[in-house]
Order: sequence, then C-alpha cells, then structure tokens
Amino acid sequence: MKYLIYFLMFPVFAFSQQEVKGMVLEANNENKHIPLAGANVYWLNTSIGAVTDIDGAFVVPYETSYTQLVISYVGYKTDTLTITEPKIIRHWLQPTSELEQVTVTSRKQATSKLYLQAENTMLVSSDELLKAACCNLSESFETNPSIDVNFADAISGTRQIKMLGLTSPYILIAMENIPTVRGASQAYGLSFTPGTWVESIQITKGAGSVVNGYESIAGQINAELQKPTKDDKLFVNLYGATSERIELNTHFNVKLSDKLSTGLYLHGNSHNKKHDVNDDVFLDMPLYKQINVMNRWQYTDAEKGIVSFFNFRYLDDQKQTGQLEFDPERDKLTTNAWGSEIDTRRFDFSGKLGYVNPELPWRSMGLQFAVSNHQQDSYFGMRIYDIEQNSIYSNLIYNSIIGDSRHKIKTGVSFTYDYYDELVESTEYARVDNSVGAFFEYNFDNLEKLNLTAGLRVDQHNRLGFFVTPRVHVRYTPWEKSAFRASFGRGKRSANIFAENQNLFASSRQIQILNSDGSIYGLDPEIAWNYGVSYLQGFNLFGRKADVTLDFYRTDFENQVVVDFENPQMATFSNLEGDSYANSFQAEVNYNIHEHVDLRFAYKYYDVQTQYQTGKKERPLTPKHRLFANAGFETHRRTHGAQWKFDVTYNWLGKQRFAATSSNPLVYQLSDYTPTVGTLNAQVTKVFSTKFEVYLGGENITNVRQGNPILAADDPFGPYFDSTFVYGPIFGSMYYAGLRFRIQ
Amino acid sequence: MKKIIMSLMFLAGVAAMGQNKNAKASLEVDGVCMMCKDRIEKACIKTKGVKSAIWNVDTHELKLIYDERKTNLDSIQKNIVAVGHDTQEMTASEEAYNTVHACCRYRDEEVKSDHQN
Repeated sequence: MKYLIYFLMFPVFAFSQQEVKGMVLEANNENKHIPLAGANVYWLNTSIGAVTDIDGAFVVPYETSYTQLVISYVGYKTDTLTITEPKIIRHWLQPTSELEQVTVTSRKQATSKLYLQAENTMLVSSDELLKAACCNLSESFETNPSIDVNFADAISGTRQIKMLGLTSPYILIAMENIPTVRGASQAYGLSFTPGTWVESIQITKGAGSVVNGYESIAGQINAELQKPTKDDKLFVNLYGATSERIELNTHFNVKLSDKLSTGLYLHGNSHNKKHDVNDDVFLDMPLYKQINVMNRWQYTDAEKGIVSFFNFRYLDDQKQTGQLEFDPERDKLTTNAWGSEIDTRRFDFSGKLGYVNPELPWRSMGLQFAVSNHQQDSYFGMRIYDIEQNSIYSNLIYNSIIGDSRHKIKTGVSFTYDYYDELVESTEYARVDNSVGAFFEYNFDNLEKLNLTAGLRVDQHNRLGFFVTPRVHVRYTPWEKSAFRASFGRGKRSANIFAENQNLFASSRQIQILNSDGSIYGLDPEIAWNYGVSYLQGFNLFGRKADVTLDFYRTDFENQVVVDFENPQMATFSNLEGDSYANSFQAEVNYNIHEHVDLRFAYKYYDVQTQYQTGKKERPLTPKHRLFANAGFETHRRTHGAQWKFDVTYNWLGKQRFAATSSNPLVYQLSDYTPTVGTLNAQVTKVFSTKFEVYLGGENITNVRQGNPILAADDPFGPYFDSTFVYGPIFGSMYYAGLRFRIQ
Repeated sequence: MKKIIMSLMFLAGVAAMGQNKNAKASLEVDGVCMMCKDRIEKACIKTKGVKSAIWNVDTHELKLIYDERKTNLDSIQKNIVAVGHDTQEMTASEEAYNTVHACCRYRDEEVKSDHQN
C-alpha cells in the first residue's frame, strides 16, 4: 500500500521539481543592471505563468509539453523563448524606442565573391538571374564570365555550358546539392529547370567538395530552388519573344501551419513558328513545347531542429527540328525530308531531411535522397536514339566539431544506383551502375587568415572499381580584403558517350568505338586531376568598391574518352593515349563606379589540347581568347520600390578551331579557324511597385550570324551532312518582353 | 554488491554532472559593435575547451558551450577581459581596453551613442 502511494506520488514529485526560474532585465547600452518588476512570463497558449517580483525574478512550472515561453512588459518588445528543459534563464528585454525605426539597407551585389571560404565560389543571387530574363537554367549564365555558353549544334537549339574550357559533363550540376544533370539528361538537362524556380546559384571552380560525390572535375554548379516559406504567395511571369516563343511561370505558395508549407510551381513554354533566316531550308531553332510541374513541401520545426523538403516533379518536353518541309506524321524516319524529334518525359521525387541539435548547434545530420525516371525518345534523320535512366541517389551527412567550432567535420555515406537502357540506331546498350561510398571532410578555420578544407572519399563502384578521391582547398588572407586560394583534387567518372554527344547524331558521321575491353561501352573510366590557384583582392577606387580576381586552373587527364571529329566522315570514341589537358586563366574586375552603376570586365585565356589519332590538337570550337563586359545601372528606388534597371552584356570570342574537313569535296570544306564573334545583349526593366514590373530586352542586338551553320544542308542524307560546326548565333537578333507580378 | 553498483552509478552520475562536457553558460559582456563581437567570440573560442561562443550585440549576452573538464567560466572571462572587454564579474585593465579599436570604446558615452541606431 505504501509503495502504491509512493508510486502515485512519484509523478507529482517529479513534476514539482520541474520549473523554469529566471530573471528579466532591461537591455541597455550602459549595461546597467535594471531588473524589470511586474513583467509577464507565461507559456504560449496556456494560462500558466507568473509575474516578476521586485528583483525581476520569476518561477514558472515546467512540463515537457511547454516549449515557448513568452516574456512581455509594457514599453518593451515581447520575446518568445524556446525552452526544452527546466533551467535557469536570464533575459534582457529591449525597450521599444519611441522614435520610428529607420532601417538602413545597403544594395546587395547580385553576384558576390565569398572572401572567407576555402573554395573559390561565386554566389549568384536571383537578382543577377533577372538581369537576362532567362527562361531556364542553361540561359542563366549569360551575365557570368566564369561560365561559357554556346550552342551544341545547329539543330537542337541546345545550349552547352563550359567551365575552365571543359564541357558540362565535367561539371557536377546539382539541384540543392543533389546531382541532377547527369547521365541521360546531360545534353538537355539544364533546360529542364525554369529560371524563375531558381533562388540562387553557387558556382565553384575546381574540384569541389567530396560530400557531393567523386564526379566533378572542372567545377560544381549548385542551384537552390525557391523555398515555399520565402517565395511569394503568388508569382506570375509571362514572357514573349519576337521569335514567337511564349513562356508562362506561376508559383503558388501556401503556409498550411506553423511548420508546414507547400508550393506549386508550374511552367509552360512553346515555340511554334518556323524560322529560316539563312535560307538553308533548315529551321534555325526547333519547334518545342515544355510542361514542367513541381510540388514542393517544406517542414520546419525550429524547436526540435528539424528541417525537411520533399519535391515531386514532372516534365514533358517535346522538340521538333530539321528541314522546313519536314512533317513528322509523314516523314519520320524516311528520306523524304530530314527531321528530328526529341521527346523527354521525366519524373523526379527528391527529399531532404535535416536535424540540427537544438542544444548543440554544431551537431547536425542530413539525409538527401532522390529517385527519378528519365525517358528520352528521339530520332535524328534516319538515326534512332532512345534512352531510359532510372536512378536512386542517397547521401547521409553528419556534421560536428572536434574540440571547438574552429575544427569542423563532415562525414557520411552515399549510395547511388543507375539503370540505363539505350537504343543507338539498331544497337541496344543496357547497364546498371551502382556505387557505395563514404566520405570525411575536415575544415579548419583559424577565424582570421587561414581556412582549409581537406576531404577524402572512398567509393566502391561496380564498373569504376574501388577508388579514393582526395580534394583539398586552402584560403589564406595575408592582408585586408584579399584571398589567396589553392586547390587540388581528383575526379573520376564513366562517360555516357552517346547521351553527352547527341549532337553527332545530326550528322552523317559514322560512329566508332575503338577500344573494346573497358567496362563502359568498351571504354575505361575518365580520371582527371585539377589544380588551381586564385587571388581575389577587394579595394576602394575613388571611394567606391572594386575587386579583382585572377585565377589559373589546370586539368590533367590521366584517362579520358576522346571524341575525335578530325575525320569528317567519322566520330570515334577511344581511350586517351598521350596527353590531354586544359589550362584556363581568367582575370576579372568588378567596379561599382557610381552608387547605381556596376561594371564587370573579364578576360579569359584557354589552352585546351588533346591527343587525337591525327596528333595533338587544340580542342575544336574552344576559343583561346574571350572578352566579357557587363554594365548594370539602377535608378534610385522610389516609394513602393519603383525604379528602372538597365543591363548590357558584351561577349567576344576569339577564333576557334574547326575540326578538319580537308578530306571533303571543296564545297564542303571549312577554313581552319572560325572568324571572331561579338554579341551584345541588353535589357530594361521598369519596376512599378514591389508587386509589378515589366521588362524588355534584346539578345544579339548587333545581329551577328553564322552564315552557313550546317554543312551540306542541301544534301542531308548524303555523306557530308554535318550540323556540329557551330560557333555563333544562327538566328540573329531577337527581342523579348515580359511581365512579373507577385503577391508577397 | 547491489549497493556498491548503485552507489557507483550514483557517483558516476554526480561526476558527469560536475564535469559536463557540454556545459552552457550565459554571461553579460560589454561591447558595442560587430567588431567587438568578433573579438569577444575569438577570445572565447581560443580558450581551450570552449566549443561555441555567440555574443549578441543588442543584449550583450554571450552564450557559451564549453567542456567543464578543460576550462571554467573564470578562465574564459579572463581571456575576454584580456582583449579589452568587461564582463559582469571582471573588468578589463585600462591597458587591455586601450587595445580595442577606437570605434569600439564601449566605455565612452560618445561611442555608445554613435552605436545607438
């Protein structure tokens, strides 16, 4: 009986011991000890509370179900504290100032260089993306000198990006740190993310972090998408161009509860007009339509330290291109007319689950996972190319510190699975790739001059074998506003030779794979080392901010899948025998010449050489010299945010080498080098208020064109037809206008 | 035997309580700006055993997480006053105070009012 009483009493005892004690004081700059008597202290959504005594002290009972403690006092700002255990607190309340508060805002740079990080990273904000009214991710690098954008071929309208002189397969392209544009989506993947969905982009030159995998060689591009909690409740963007391209973007975001928010993002674009300004009877740009839907869920529980995202995405993209008279119903896979259709359907599910220990803020865990199905059905003239990829990706990351917050560590495990099924003309290729890996990254920051990140990962891959990926980044700041950086790292990847070189299907070239004992299409995996140094210096010139960046990167291929176009009737894939490297030097100056005017200049030098069967040669269609200039001007912001914005970008490319055509008949021969090309883009935005703005812009205003982008356009089924010799714009100048409407 | 185990467990518990690896503390530290924040936090982090230090410019509250086996509030505060910032219990020497940047002279009324907004 006695025990029973004890037993019954026990919770009461336990309960009575649980309380939160504390003291409420006035926050003042003099640091005087001013206790606040009579302040209210109570648990949110309860009637449980207390009033502070003459010393500002209080005691309130505590129960685990209570988490938010509200402290309020007349004439002071009310604060809500998150309490997860019975403890003693001391809290300073801020007096509410009687004067109206003045908020001083400084204009943020649309693209900012990160001075303190070990990696050479640029942060491109959504403001920068608005400068070129870009429609999708592949077009959003127009105002960025570190990324080169060119057309992959004269047929598909695909823009290809390059970094350090290397094409996108050598860049790890991730969406919220989940590698996304890879495998089957390599050629067109960048156009599958609408520009308005992107919140910001981080561009890292050189070998990136080992946390995101072993594949990156030249760099990493990570796009952060709009978050339902931060994005507008309603956003509409309507775009129309003189080429009769139309796009519509709408975002709807709803807050369902304190913790749960969801967003529905819809994108549609279409282009139905046939253009042929160069009279080669081929469309200058494809006819297309795309529907892209994303549903995002965001769950945040600050007290428990849980953050999570879940995304569902569906994409349907259809392109048709080729000769003007080509009608797919009638002429598909016949020699009536040359035409091509590329249809892609993609389903994605991805999620992130993060936990930050509320008691120990440095300790956190994160799980990223993604499942996707990608299916492309296409044909180019008489060649069929179908690819399906099913993927699973998962990455578990644990963050902590060793000793104190100067020594941070990240460690974890990852797992990937890819199933590929390809039909190339009449040959079927199918393969399963899977890998398990573990990584460890250590970061040391002495809080002043030095910041070092050293990472190592080990992976076991069914085709690449067991291998180690080391990567190191260091930043050193010897004097104010400077950053010397150095990095090196190794990357390894299996080349999806057909998906990455789809442009060759739009030619009469015969495809040949030369080695046959490797594990991926008979080829060995690509391995490269990347080394880089960079120097960033910020300074003041005539009282205004400026910075200069100089960097040099070298990529050395230990092994590579060499794509040899030097025989105009062939495209051969073979393992590298000999030398292959890419040297890249960039000098960039940013200057805020006037309160409202920003200027940016860049010069780039590339030396990209590969050993082909016919000798060591400069990589085709890669200019040695490039110039870039950008100017942005914004008028002063008036009431309701009204202002004008102007932006102009000039790009100049030096001569580029054409792959050899000397064995062709004279009419189908090209010179050794292309002429130089300079293009000018400009955009004007009129912001009426924070809700509404319109923009008007022009691309390639000076109307520069490559006269004859398709070789043997008059004989597309003959042996000399080739659309891969593209070095400049095909369509000429294009103007567009659009509007943006938002409710915040 | 049972008693021994019980008392051992109890002692272990007390030991753990007395020597918390992640002890938390909140201190009042004087300062005025972000430069002060930098200085205060660095002084703490560089004290062996301090794992995390976050100082709030508005409330002057310094939140600490430290390993009690390696350090204590006293030595942390000594390091704070050594870089020129007063804490609720210790006052920085005139010499140390003079090493802070001129705009961080939090004892100066004029400097303080400059940072009011």
